Amino acid sequence: MADSAAAPPKPSSSVKLVLLGEAAVGKSSLVLRFVNNDFQENKEPTIGAAFLTQKSHLPHRTIKFEIWDTAGQERFASLAPMYYRNAQSALVVYDLTKPTSLVKAKHWVAELQRQASPGIVIALVGNKLDLTNEDAAASGETNTGEGGDVESGEAAEESGDARKISAKEGRDYAEEEGLLFFETSAKTGVNVQEVFTAIANAIPETQMKGAKGSGAAGAGTGQTALGSERVNLNQRAEGVKEGCAC
Amino acid sequence: MGLDGEESLATSERAEENANDRTEATSPPRDGEDESTIRRAKEEGAETGSKVEFLSTNIQAGSQSPVLEQEYRPPLPPRPNNVNILREGSYSPGSSLKRPGKTPRPLLQSTATTALSRTEVNTQSYQDGSRESFAASAQRTPPSKAVAAFGSIRKVKGLSDSEGGDSASVRSYAPTLETGGDAESLLGEVLGASQESPAWRLLGTQNEAPDPFDSVTYEDDEATADFYREFDEIGAVAADGENEEQLLKKWKSKRKHFLILSSAGKPIYNRHGDDNLISGYIGIIQTIISFYEGSHDQLKGFTAAGARFVVMSQGPLYLVAISKLGENDAQLRVQLEALYMQILSTLTLPNLTHMFSNRPSTDLRRPLQGTEPLLSALADTFTRGSPPTLLSALECLKIRKSHRQAINDTLLRTRCETLLYGLIVASGRLVSVVRPRKHSLHPSDLQLIFNMLFEARGVKAGGGENWIPLCLPGFNKNGYLYMYVSFVSAYDSEAEQGSEGHETGKPDDIAILLISANKESFYDLRKMRDALVEELEVHGSMAIIKSAVRRGRPTATDIVPGTVLRHFLYKSRANVQFTMPSYEPSFTTLLARRRLLSLYHALHASIHAKNAHLKVHHCISRESISLAWVTPLFELYCVAGPHASRNALAQSANKVIQWVRREEERVFIIGGAVSIHSLDNHTTYESLTLPAARYSD
Repeated sequence: MADSAAAPPKPSSSVKLVLLGEAAVGKSSLVLRFVNNDFQENKEPTIGAAFLTQKSHLPHRTIKFEIWDTAGQERFASLAPMYYRNAQSALVVYDLTKPTSLVKAKHWVAELQRQASPGIVIALVGNKLDLTNEDAAASGETNTGEGGDVESGEAAEESGDARKISAKEGRDYAEEEGLLFFETSAKTGVNVQEVFTAIANAIPETQMKGAKGSGAAGAGTGQTALGSERVNLNQRAEGVKEGCAC
Repeated sequence: MGLDGEESLATSERAEENANDRTEATSPPRDGEDESTIRRAKEEGAETGSKVEFLSTNIQAGSQSPVLEQEYRPPLPPRPNNVNILREGSYSPGSSLKRPGKTPRPLLQSTATTALSRTEVNTQSYQDGSRESFAASAQRTPPSKAVAAFGSIRKVKGLSDSEGGDSASVRSYAPTLETGGDAESLLGEVLGASQESPAWRLLGTQNEAPDPFDSVTYEDDEATADFYREFDEIGAVAADGENEEQLLKKWKSKRKHFLILSSAGKPIYNRHGDDNLISGYIGIIQTIISFYEGSHDQLKGFTAAGARFVVMSQGPLYLVAISKLGENDAQLRVQLEALYMQILSTLTLPNLTHMFSNRPSTDLRRPLQGTEPLLSALADTFTRGSPPTLLSALECLKIRKSHRQAINDTLLRTRCETLLYGLIVASGRLVSVVRPRKHSLHPSDLQLIFNMLFEARGVKAGGGENWIPLCLPGFNKNGYLYMYVSFVSAYDSEAEQGSEGHETGKPDDIAILLISANKESFYDLRKMRDALVEELEVHGSMAIIKSAVRRGRPTATDIVPGTVLRHFLYKSRANVQFTMPSYEPSFTTLLARRRLLSLYHALHASIHAKNAHLKVHHCISRESISLAWVTPLFELYCVAGPHASRNALAQSANKVIQWVRREEERVFIIGGAVSIHSLDNHTTYESLTLPAARYSD
């Protein structure tokens, strides 16, 4: 709002993003890290949903994220459609120390593929990387964006303390469904910024809400558009399968 | 509510057993009667006057030995006397009831048992309306008037029940007398109550200190120091259960517990310790409650080991408060009610009943997941002591009437179609409200909202704006409303317009609450909020609110220069609102504040005792001199240091009244053209309309 005057000459547009996932996997903490670069231990659960905004500066444009951070508790699930409706992107979060949370994440992915707007960019995020024994360098390599540098992250294998879900398991599923995949730690900040940047990159220009950003931008746009196209294809294909599994 | 004949019979049976146990312990068992004979005898006894006679003798016996009872733990005060009586009158029904003694039953003797005699004697003095100790009043009941006495006991029982004192329930011998439990404080023996109430004794420190409220180094005192640890986590039981004993010790050291369980005995919520740790206790409490339920009695409360247990059953839920802080039953019940309201607020009543009617063994913790912090925030507020809860009233931010009017007008002007309620709240104090003509706002609902926003950190810590589905049980317990919340920091003069979340961490924030019945109206309300904040900024109203928040409450000496008063609570009954000065400088510590609130609780209990009909109540103790003053218009509770004179206190009280009268339209929100009721029943939130700016729907 007030910041619009101070916007750089770069084209800017807003992207609606929704966070989904089981309770206590760290959705709010990821947002807090992204928006305020802050972390709170023992954060109290979100009630309902929180709405936050944050700008992400890409080389060729600025993206203003309008983030819906939803509560993970079962009883709020019925409200979720209201948040993911019209969302261009979704962050489905699980706790890589808790197997049930991946199951829940898969449900969310299926629901998004069925119900959300067709072009939605979904990122699967395994959070709480700090609870594993891997050092930050190794975990950094798990940064395998969907269309980007692939197959670099075998380093993050089953060496962790509390880790219950291997990076491979998450990544395989993400590839199958055509999702972006990251393992993050909201606590240490590892990969958090990267998730949002990757989402920003994966959203095609044409889907941006802001009118400003429509005409501009060059090479970068082409790449991301390609990426998201593939996402779409995969989503459709898998969406049917997942539909009955749900 | 009241006990019917059958139930009281059950109770008295137990009393007899008690008596018999006592007899046994001191005298050799008699031969003869077997159990069935005894039972028959008991039943006969209960139905006839002879039974009553037994009771009255018991009363007398109890009254003769108050000194004994003052002694500590072994809580069987009237034993010798009782025995004598029973022995002497070997022909009396009492003696024939003797249990053919086999093994003694130490458990029955030492733990909480239904003690008809004690309880009744206590209530006896209720009826007198006097402040005599129960011993005295009981002594005046001659055995010859046994039947009459019994009748009156029954009557009183009903009385005390409706009072909420609930003394006609299980109550163990020793602690009742020893700790100045509910009945005693209700009796109006306030001097005693305030001095000797468990809270005072537990928290009491150097009584000799000239200024106990402020100058004491509480940390030195072992009994009090750990109040600071009241809110500490207990921690989880280790896998091998090794630390369990230690944890239980910690658990028992807590002054206050709240337990919520389903009637099937499933734990739902407890303030301290995890379920594994205390599952045994949950089982016990469930057994006790359902035992009474089984006999169509309803357990309201009992006292054991210095702790008052109050039980409330709400549909499929049992709520239990356990307090060593000296609150009375009515006060604890209000707190349980608030917890129940929080559960309803999360689930709505139809959902709750539906779940349990489908499956009585439902584990409610899952659907309630995420509500624990809200319940705990409420519980901790009660443990710290909360004037709004005690008074069932709201506090408003003190600003000029014209300023408030301007804010009201702005709210009305910027109101959007879907708005139901619009509120501006500054650090837990109400600034302004708009509401539709036909809908009132309930203090209990506002308490839940304030608790969510200002006590539990969940909403604020998240930053940003929030969209919260919640049920406001006072408004409608059957459905959800949707609340838009955004905070404005009171300290940043350049208001960041909600797009940044980081300004919301400070305690003194201003919250804009916009409530709608439409779950899709977030963006509408958000737009309204932007317009509202902008207008408030333009007209300078926001600056006024911010400076009022920063200024805080005035101190007592600001209000009445040179006063002896340390603190006061003034409740306007008509407005369901209260005002109070700052806790500074006398009550800055957690402990000092708790002690102050305990004093207020004691004053409140005595002045509201049903048959006390008090208007002014003075109370002098070693720590303080205090006054409660109730008229149809207001309730005033003042506290001064121990060396203040009564006159000075009374004078100051008058000055406070004058001040409130002068400032009435600033400290309270007045003038909404809404019908005004008086709040007679302090124990429940009435569906009172809160005066507020209105818009016609």
